[in-house]
This record gives sequence, structure tokens and C-alpha cells, in this order.
Amino acid sequence: MGLKRKTADLKKRMREAIRGGGSQAIKKQKAIGKKTARERILSILDAKSFHEYDLFVEHAGRDFDMDKKYLPGDGVITGTGTISGHPVCIYAQDFTVAGGSLGWMHAKKITKIMDHAMKLKIPIIGINDSGGARIQEGVNALAGYGEIFYRNTQASGVIPQISVILGPCAGGAVYSPALTDFVFVVDGVSKMFITGPEVIKTVLGEEISMEELGGARVHSEITGNSHFYAATEEECFDQIKSLISYIPWNNEKKAATFPKKPPKTKQFNLDEIIPTDPRQPYDVRDVIRAVSDDSEFFEIQELFAANIVIGFARISGQTVGFVANQPLVLAGVLDVDSSDKAARFIRYCDAFNIPIVTLVDLPGYLPGIDQEHAGVIRHGAKMLYAYSEATVPKITVIMRKAYGGGYIAMCSHHLRADFVAAWPTAEIAVMGPEGAANIIFRNEIKNAENPDEMRKQKIKEYKEKFANPYVAAAYGYVDAVVEPYETRNFLIHSLEISSLKAEKGPNKKHGIPPF
Amino acid sequence: MSNQSNSVMSESTDKQAANNKPSYKTLLIENIKYRTLLTEKYKRKKPWEKKNDKLLTAFIPGTVKEIFVKTGKKVKEGEKLLVLEAMKMENDILSPINGTIKAINIKAGDRVAKNELIIEFA
Repeated sequence: MGLKRKTADLKKRMREAIRGGGSQAIKKQKAIGKKTARERILSILDAKSFHEYDLFVEHAGRDFDMDKKYLPGDGVITGTGTISGHPVCIYAQDFTVAGGSLGWMHAKKITKIMDHAMKLKIPIIGINDSGGARIQEGVNALAGYGEIFYRNTQASGVIPQISVILGPCAGGAVYSPALTDFVFVVDGVSKMFITGPEVIKTVLGEEISMEELGGARVHSEITGNSHFYAATEEECFDQIKSLISYIPWNNEKKAATFPKKPPKTKQFNLDEIIPTDPRQPYDVRDVIRAVSDDSEFFEIQELFAANIVIGFARISGQTVGFVANQPLVLAGVLDVDSSDKAARFIRYCDAFNIPIVTLVDLPGYLPGIDQEHAGVIRHGAKMLYAYSEATVPKITVIMRKAYGGGYIAMCSHHLRADFVAAWPTAEIAVMGPEGAANIIFRNEIKNAENPDEMRKQKIKEYKEKFANPYVAAAYGYVDAVVEPYETRNFLIHSLEISSLKAEKGPNKKHGIPPF
Repeated sequence: MSNQSNSVMSESTDKQAANNKPSYKTLLIENIKYRTLLTEKYKRKKPWEKKNDKLLTAFIPGTVKEIFVKTGKKVKEGEKLLVLEAMKMENDILSPINGTIKAINIKAGDRVAKNELIIEFA
């Protein structure tokens, strides 16, 4: 056989494998508004950058007549490519081939590309669209999942791991995304759950649709399992590209730097954004935009626990992670969900050398039986743990309220913030004036001729004396009191002088964080 | 720190809703009223109820396999009342208290939901 015939044979084999599940299955995939696995990879990666691996892998099923079946690529496409020049490893489950079900060789392809990503120290992106374990392969399918979970855990904090849910991802399969850093979902396309609506109906007699149980919206707003919510697959791919631009290739590198751009201060004017009355709301994201390059803010988990805002922005071209109380929602309180959300993000930034900027304006913790019983003690402790443990540069700006435990939790000097600035509007106190006056002057108020008058007067006295940044500044808990317009300069300077910061905690195998 | 419970009051009006402005509520934290928005999850939370020992509810959804007691029977704490089959397991449901059975709201073969009231004590 000459070279010509051999190449013709290769081309034929490739055509057959690339066909995936065939035109019927592809038609079905498209009919429900989904792209094919190959289209998805090509849409995410730079043009012509995709290099496929293991196209000719065949499945290893031997029972139930599976040995007579040909499953192109065994239902998963793997390879390497670039996103705006950044190298990544990528895999996409192909629902058109045996429902994207995970068999032993399918899993081997995934674990091989994961190992590759670890060796090359570059991010891994996994696109999930699968009916679950390939039942015909029995315990080998389970082994496949286990091998993936183990690698997810080993890779955690070493290379960025991104999961994209573009179809069903049910049962054990959900735990790979859950172990990764960022989960992307698309409205109407993503479905994630441990037990589906049918099982729930049979066992519990409760009826619920897939969308209501584990759709994109639910995971973005209620469970917090997802980090990015998009209306379409295209929007989702744009989000992935943005994310890649903000994060480094691995834990030994820093994120790429960009040309420095000033914020749009006309649109986001710090002198106008914040009401001085601490009881009035505003959108803290405007503050982030007011101090960030080009006023761009890439928010993470926008819909979940919106009382705290997290996300990436750039200052002087360098990626920073923002953690900010959001007075617009639930007055910006800390609670179970917001503590969990922020703590995980802080650990992400710390693992990947991203400085953390904390913006403080919170009344404290959310009171309530539900919160106490949901474990606000243990969840709230995650924040203290994450901030105390983090060794990246930590910069804190106290804008208005910093009362009680919330003051400590929001990266105070006591948790080893490197720089703490307060605005003149800051109120750093053991609790809000109303509450404090009621306790400290309880007897004076009770015994007064006019208790209401006395209470008002005592609150006023307390406010004047303690509701300011100067008491904390007098102890050195605040390094500087700065005017709002100086904030960006404060951040730029703090980042510049901490670029060599290299702090090491005590030697240990690992800590025992409260999770 | 004081331990007041929070309460929510609406200050939005129909006019505001018509203008599609954010409908701010008031959240009370340590005696201070904050103007703010509420989350879906916050709005969905169920009010807490004190547990009533005289009302026995199903701790798990399942099928009633067999009932060993009748209305009017005096039972001791820990006495077997019924078997509830759930998640492929037969669960013995024991009496939580010493008392008299006032009502049995189920019969053998019934499917019960989680937290469904199955037996009442006098």
C-alpha cells in the first residue's frame, strides 16, 4: 500500500470518527438548541489552535453485545489549544455518541488529558454533556468517575479547573464539576442533580421539573453550585474567555498583565456613589468600577448570595480579586451563603497569586433561627479561616459600617491585612450605635423621665464618639484615613509595594478548615 | 451583642412598582433599620415552628407496611407503633412519648410524604 492509499485510509478513518453519533443524533442535539461537542471546543478555542488527541480510542465494553458496537471517540473529544494565546487542555463529552455516557475508555481519555494538563501546568476545561455512567460497563464506569475525582482533587490549587455544564450532568457525574474551581451553566441547557425528578417522584411522591430541580437558574441563585450563568452557549463561551484572561496558567505564575487604563470616573464618581447615612443602600459594584481599570468588573456568582460581591478586575493592568459587602441586598450582611461564597473565592485568589481587595460596609451577621440552625457559626468561620490563611497581598478599604464580628471577618488587620484604609465615612465599632447605646445606657434610659428622649440622646452621643474611623485609627487598626477619590491611588500603591510579598505560614500537611 | 430577631417591612408602593424602581424593604439588624433589597432565597425561607411531641410526623417519605396500635391505646415511650418502608429499608417507628393514641391518620399500604402527620397523641 503506497502513502497515498495510506493517507486516504487515515482520512476515511478520521471522517468516520469525527462524524460522532451521526446526522440523526446531531439533528436531535441541535433541535434542543445545543451545539455539538466539536463545535463547542472550536468556539471556545482560538481559530485553528485545536489539536485533538485519542480520536481513534475505542470503548472497552465486552458485555451485553457492546463489543459489536462502534462508538466514535468513545463519546468524548479531548485535546489542547489556546484561548487568546493562553494554552489550555480541553475535553467535551459528545452526547450524540451513546448519550455521552461514561465508560472506561471514555474516562481514560479524560484522565489522560487531565494528567497532561498537570504535567504541562496549564488550565483544564471540561465540557459536560452526558447521560451518566455507561451501565453496560458496570463497575468500570464507576472506576472511571473515581479516577476523575481523584485527579480533580490533586489538580486543585495547582492548575485552574473549569467545568462547563452543557447538557445533563447527573448522579455521580456532578462531583467532578463540584470539585473544580469554576462551573459555567446555560439557561435551559444545563441540568445538574444527584437524583432526578423521576426518582424523586417515585420515592418521595414529589413532582418537580428538571429545570426547577437542577436547572441553570437554580444552581446560580439557590444552590450556589455554579459560578457563571449565561442565556446562550455563545455568551457562556465569552465568559470562559474572559475568565481565562484574568487567571494565571498555574499556581506558580501570576495572571497576565494588561495595559493600564484609568476608570471611567465620570460615570462612576466615588463622591456620589455612597450615601453617608449608613442605613441607605447603593450598589457596591459601582465602587469597584470606580477604582478598576476601564471600570471593568468580571463578577462571579452574581445571582447567588448577592449580599456579598466577588469577582476579578484589574488595577494598573494587574488582576485583583474583589470581595465586597453589598448594601443593596440584605443590607450587605454576612450569612451562611455569603460567607461560603466569599471564603472559597479568597482561597482561590490565594492559591493562584491574585491579590485580594476587600471593601467593607456591613451591619454584621444576619439574625435568625434558620441561620443559626443552618450553621452560620461554622460557615461564618470559613471567612476568618480563608483570610487568615491567605498570604497574597491583602488590601482592605472600610467605606462605611464595620460593626462587630463583621469588622473582624472582613480582612481586618487582625487577620493580617497588609494595608487597611478607611474613608472618613467609616464607622468602626463593636456594634451599631442604636444597639450599643441600648446596652451601655440601659439603666439611664430606663430610669429617665422620658426614656425615648434619653435613648435618642445617648445614641447621638455614642455616634459622635464612636461611629467614625478615628478610634480604630488611634489604635493603629486602620493605617490611613483617605478620601474616597484617593482610593485607587491607595490600591495602586499598596499593590506596587507588595509585589515581592512572600509570606509562609507554619509548616503543616494541611489545615482543618471548617468545611 | 444583642440578639434581636430581624423583621421585614415593605415600603414599596404600587406606584413604585409601576415605575419599575427597585422595591426596597426594611431589614432590622441590631435595632437599626436598613433600606435594602431581599433575595429570592430569603423570601422563600419558612418560619420556624416549635416541635410538638403530640404530633408524630413521618421523618422520611415511604409506604406504611404495618400498624401495631389502635386509637385509644396507651403506649410507652419507645413502643413500636408501625413499620414505614422507605429507601428499601423497613423503619420501625417508635412512640416518642408515654401517651394515648388519639388518632391514626394512615392505614397499611398508604404512601406518606415527609413530615406528613401520621399519628396524634392525646
